[in-house]
Amino acid sequence: MRALDRAALILGLGFLYAPILMLAVYSFNASALVTVWGGFSTRWYGVLLADGPLLDAARVSFLVALCAAAIATILGTLAALALDRSGFFAGRRAFTGLVYAPLVMPEVITGLSLLLLFVGLGLDRGILTIVIAHATLGLGFVAVIVGARLRGLDRSLEDAASDLGAGPARVFATVTLPLIAPSLAAGFLLAFTLSLDDLVIASFVSGPGATTLPMRLYSQVRLGVNPEINAASTLLVAAVTAIVLTASWLTGRNDPV
Amino acid sequence: MKRFLPVLPFLWLGAFVLLPVVITLKISLSAPATAQPPYLPVLDWSAGLEGWGSFLEALDFTNFETLAQDALYRDAALSSLTLAAIATAILALIGTPIAHAMARAPARMQPILLALVIVPFWTSFLIRIYAWIAILKPEGLLSAALMKLGLIARPLEILNTQGAVLIGLTYAYLPFMVLPLYAVLAKLDPRLTEAAADLGAGPVRAFWSVTLPLARPGLAAGALLCFVPMVGEFIIPDLLGGSDTLMLGRVLWSEFFSNRDWPLASAVAILVLVLVLGPLLFFREADRDGREASR
Repeated sequence: MRALDRAALILGLGFLYAPILMLAVYSFNASALVTVWGGFSTRWYGVLLADGPLLDAARVSFLVALCAAAIATILGTLAALALDRSGFFAGRRAFTGLVYAPLVMPEVITGLSLLLLFVGLGLDRGILTIVIAHATLGLGFVAVIVGARLRGLDRSLEDAASDLGAGPARVFATVTLPLIAPSLAAGFLLAFTLSLDDLVIASFVSGPGATTLPMRLYSQVRLGVNPEINAASTLLVAAVTAIVLTASWLTGRNDPV
Repeated sequence: MKRFLPVLPFLWLGAFVLLPVVITLKISLSAPATAQPPYLPVLDWSAGLEGWGSFLEALDFTNFETLAQDALYRDAALSSLTLAAIATAILALIGTPIAHAMARAPARMQPILLALVIVPFWTSFLIRIYAWIAILKPEGLLSAALMKLGLIARPLEILNTQGAVLIGLTYAYLPFMVLPLYAVLAKLDPRLTEAAADLGAGPVRAFWSVTLPLARPGLAAGALLCFVPMVGEFIIPDLLGGSDTLMLGRVLWSEFFSNRDWPLASAVAILVLVLVLGPLLFFREADRDGREASR
């Protein structure tokens, strides 16, 4: 059975990582043919750094992800606090459903329905609309992460603070917030990567002049495999991996005391 | 202020999750039109109840009739559901041994294994699917490797088939299946399987009659997290499925971006919602039953 376990892990992780590693290896390929190895070279990274439209798209994506993650963190934390603290109020199940809905809703539906709302409101499509859409998506993830932390919290710490005369605001700022801070940071980072990664929703709600990095990459991918995309993908994967490892270190570190 | 803050996220969700779906439903019942609103009928709020009456009368079911009658949409709905169901089944089969092995790994290894599964979960979806194009195409890495091994004589014709879509779905959603399963299996009391072994059950029997039933909530959650988004999946059929693979997400995309028929695209969106709502409720029940059973 132990040997079977080992085989399952090796095959499973191999399946998950082989394509990504292949992509990274071939981004250092000197040849322009993606599947023929022509020696080691960093030439495609040079091409990448000179690609104006791609760099512009990366800047747009970074800005959008930053704003969306900030909004998602604030609103997601408030949602988690409301669901954790308010006991059973009328419509609690509906609220819970509303928080989780964007997590499983097929992206094409989220994208189309938000677009129809923005058109109905007469809102100009662009960076702002992408930020709103991504913040909505990230909110649910933040609420899940912060909610898990809140459930593991020792409530007697808060009780002690209020027994010692601290008002509710002071208890929150000096006891609750520091205790859940790592999960807030983790939620922020994950909402950030979620936004950085999204193609489908952004394609629906963006307008002329607001092209995100995935949108730019997608329009190139449709033309076929090319080594410059491999290089861009490798950098993006490396960045996301660093962010996710930081986030998982932050949540792992704050296991219930 | 104190009363207002907790309400804020729900106002946001109401405005940007609930309201958009209601608008989509309304537009799906509009007369077919190309691109620009307003879509008829328009609800006249000032006319009160009478306005509602005439609004309801003027609702147009043409888009849904189109969906029901045109074989294109029927086939797309059918193949979306079939592919999502097959992929979910494959994922349950390969995800369970992986999650089980993770849960039984030494305690110091588990956080590392968990991180190894979580990283691809967050790593750019588009890029992970793009990577498979280079692997699956006829002059790609898989064909080259298999030909070198002498297993096949000619390059594989797998890219742009439903087989490629299944590979893509399985690959992209594997972490969604493994993570909830692991969460349940890691909390399992090892004494339960030990007791089964003491009572004479072999490892297979112990797994089948003790571990698996207790893992049911994880399996249900994993199936839900995979099946629902898969039905509306766009990137995978678009990049790996070629022109033959019709899936609802892709049909919705082309109705919107190519044909610019927003009411019909909305009708497809409502159809997807209805199709996934059933499984959603089913899995939730299974999840709850499983949780009660494991108590």
